[in-house]
Amino acid sequence: MKSIKLLVLINLIIPSIKLFGQSTDKVEMADVLRQDGKIYTVVFSLVIILTAMIILLIRVDRKIFRLEKQEKKSE
Amino acid sequence: MKKYKLEWWKILTIILLYYTVIGGFLIPVPRLHILNESIRMNYFHVPMWFAMMMLFTNSVWSSIQYLHTQNTSFDDKAVESLKVAFFFGALGLITGMLWGNATWGTFWTSDPKLNNTAIGLLVYSAYFVLRNSLEDETQRGRLGAVYNIFSYVVFIPLIFILPRMTDSLHPGSGDNPTFRLFDTAHNMKLVVYAAIGGFMSLGWWLYTLFLRLRLLKKAQDEIN
Repeated sequence: MKSIKLLVLINLIIPSIKLFGQSTDKVEMADVLRQDGKIYTVVFSLVIILTAMIILLIRVDRKIFRLEKQEKKSE
Repeated sequence: MKKYKLEWWKILTIILLYYTVIGGFLIPVPRLHILNESIRMNYFHVPMWFAMMMLFTNSVWSSIQYLHTQNTSFDDKAVESLKVAFFFGALGLITGMLWGNATWGTFWTSDPKLNNTAIGLLVYSAYFVLRNSLEDETQRGRLGAVYNIFSYVVFIPLIFILPRMTDSLHPGSGDNPTFRLFDTAHNMKLVVYAAIGGFMSLGWWLYTLFLRLRLLKKAQDEIN
């Protein structure tokens, strides 16, 4: 009798543990993307964009610097 | 003869931005439901507002100094700072809408933070209209400065105080914690702070560029 009670108890507990595990572990993230290594494509393209932007920014910075120098000379 | 040299803070900006883009995508983040991978928006959406607030504050400070000294160089600073701040504000709204669509289900909700930010930016946009409608330079400067201060005073309660007094979908409002959400995620803090610093100094860099262009144009107008 006691063992049956115990079995019932275990039967009740185990599924709930499984359910609990499922509800916390399965959060969808970009794991597949990382497994395939494709996330690096995204990062790489963003780095290229950022590099281009920074080059542009520095060029504008330099151009303004030169103009300022000319301005000072002409004064 | 002085040669062009990249200042140290510009180099720092570049390094921080690279760290944000690379680290922002590759460093692991906490696994949370609904947010999923979009939690990385935190690295790009939040710094927009920080950059915007810094430049708005710089603008209002310049306006106060202009009213105090009547020196037009402060007026130039206020205008250019406000322009760049507005630009970052618009970017913040657009990125926020995309994020909202992914996590809350719509591009726009009646969340107090969203509506109030939109109202605040509209109030600020009237600044440009006001300035362009005036011909006289001193009148333009003075009214612009007064209006700028007014907008700032309206903006602060709109986005910092009122949303916190009601429930909001944003973290940091009602019962929502802001940075407590990321207490356990040390990795995220690293990138978030770098991103905030990087975008703030990028904003400052853009502001100085626009300001210098404006001064050059002014000098040229005086010659012609």
